[in-house]
Amino acid sequence: MSLESRVTEIIIDKLGVKPEQVTLEAQFDTDLGADSIDQYELIMGFEDAFGLRIDEDEATKLTTVGKVIEYLRAKDLDQ
Amino acid sequence: MHKRVVITGAGVIGPIGKTASENWENAISGKSGIRRMTIVDPEDFTSQIAGEVKDFDPLDYLDRKVAKRTDRYTQFAMVAAREAFTESGIENNIDPERLGVIIGSGIGGITTLEREHKVALERGVNRINPFFCPMMISNIAAGRVGIDVGAKGLNFSTVTACASSGHAIAIAVDMIRLGRVDAILAGGSEAPLTLTGVGGFCQLKALSTRNDDPQTASRPFDRDRDGFVLSEGGAVIMLEELDHALKRGAKIIAEVAGSGMTCDAFHITAPAENGEGSARAMKLAMQDAGIKPEDVGYINAHGTSTLLNDINETIAIKTALGTENAMKTPVSSTKSVTGHMLGAAGAVEAIFTAFALRDGILPPTATLQNPDEGCDLDYVPGQARKADIMHALSNSLGFGGHNVTIALKKYIGK
Repeated sequence: MSLESRVTEIIIDKLGVKPEQVTLEAQFDTDLGADSIDQYELIMGFEDAFGLRIDEDEATKLTTVGKVIEYLRAKDLDQ
Repeated sequence: MHKRVVITGAGVIGPIGKTASENWENAISGKSGIRRMTIVDPEDFTSQIAGEVKDFDPLDYLDRKVAKRTDRYTQFAMVAAREAFTESGIENNIDPERLGVIIGSGIGGITTLEREHKVALERGVNRINPFFCPMMISNIAAGRVGIDVGAKGLNFSTVTACASSGHAIAIAVDMIRLGRVDAILAGGSEAPLTLTGVGGFCQLKALSTRNDDPQTASRPFDRDRDGFVLSEGGAVIMLEELDHALKRGAKIIAEVAGSGMTCDAFHITAPAENGEGSARAMKLAMQDAGIKPEDVGYINAHGTSTLLNDINETIAIKTALGTENAMKTPVSSTKSVTGHMLGAAGAVEAIFTAFALRDGILPPTATLQNPDEGCDLDYVPGQARKADIMHALSNSLGFGGHNVTIALKKYIGK
């Protein structure tokens, strides 16, 4: 499964949104209705799925789906 | 003269059904909801049977995000509250700021607590789910129901073990009498079937070990009773000020005429000698309802099927009503088929009592075969019975020595 699909799947699972809502430009807070705890849980979901730790400073910059994918792609992920 | 309070909606999800009416039909026909436990592997437990809510999928009721972020106990409360709310027809017929919620639980989110504790031990404290606290706390069912139905009036939880939802109803009635709000969704919920939940009650030696015969394991007042059966579920009623209900043309199930609340101040788990505290609760409830012992046509007993409860509650009923009246008064325990729903028990039994008044049918102590020595009241054994009654009591007693009796009355017009 591609990185994009895995990220999309996690977002759908954690936020209970529809697949078509999860576009690259979608903002977690305004477009996907995630409050701060939702976003924290989402970050933990990415950490668990991709076996990495995202520190808080980095996490606060990951405000859109596209930024998350970009961030993960830049990591040398052991998939 | 204080305001009168009536029941205008009821919701139940539990071992014998997923709606109030399904529960009532099965309570009357004496259909047991007790089976071998499946939610947790029962192999190591002394008691391997339970009253589970069968085939419960929260997604049948709640959206995915809410379902993922609520403990099973909260989900039961939400399902029951929605039914009571919908049945009452109160939506758009009440100022949301005049609608309250009081929902009790004996334990709260123990499933969530166990799961996240395991995460903390195995993967570290910084892997605990960020929603852990607001999922686990025992007031969150009330909070969630408030959000779900848009109730903006008083909102809190009552926590008195197996008397929790009895207290929720008693306090709700008083709140409405005081004019704090016009209506309250009151009740309780419980989901205790977890490793520590079941294991803890097993260690207390409180549970029936009749594992080879689940359906008759809960046998209140029987000489062969050997403990209660742990169950789960939720039960909620819509309590409403009478004039408010009449003005909007609500269908009235029954009236809640009063309550009595006491403490044994004796022992944390054992009832006081001769059920002294419970007897006082019944007397106070009759006094509050303005009725005499001879007016009581039915008592839905706490009747847990433990050695100590059933004999002491029997003595308490004799003390409260006087032996002569007590011997003439039908008393039954619907825990014979539901098992013990702990924090939801008081509300589900108040609902059965209200339906008994409405329909003129007394639910049986379905599993009672050989009444114990000293258990010599009319326990409506085996079969339901027709009886046109005007007044009834419902008892709930909880660890900590908490006693609450709700007095209900048939509604026959203002």
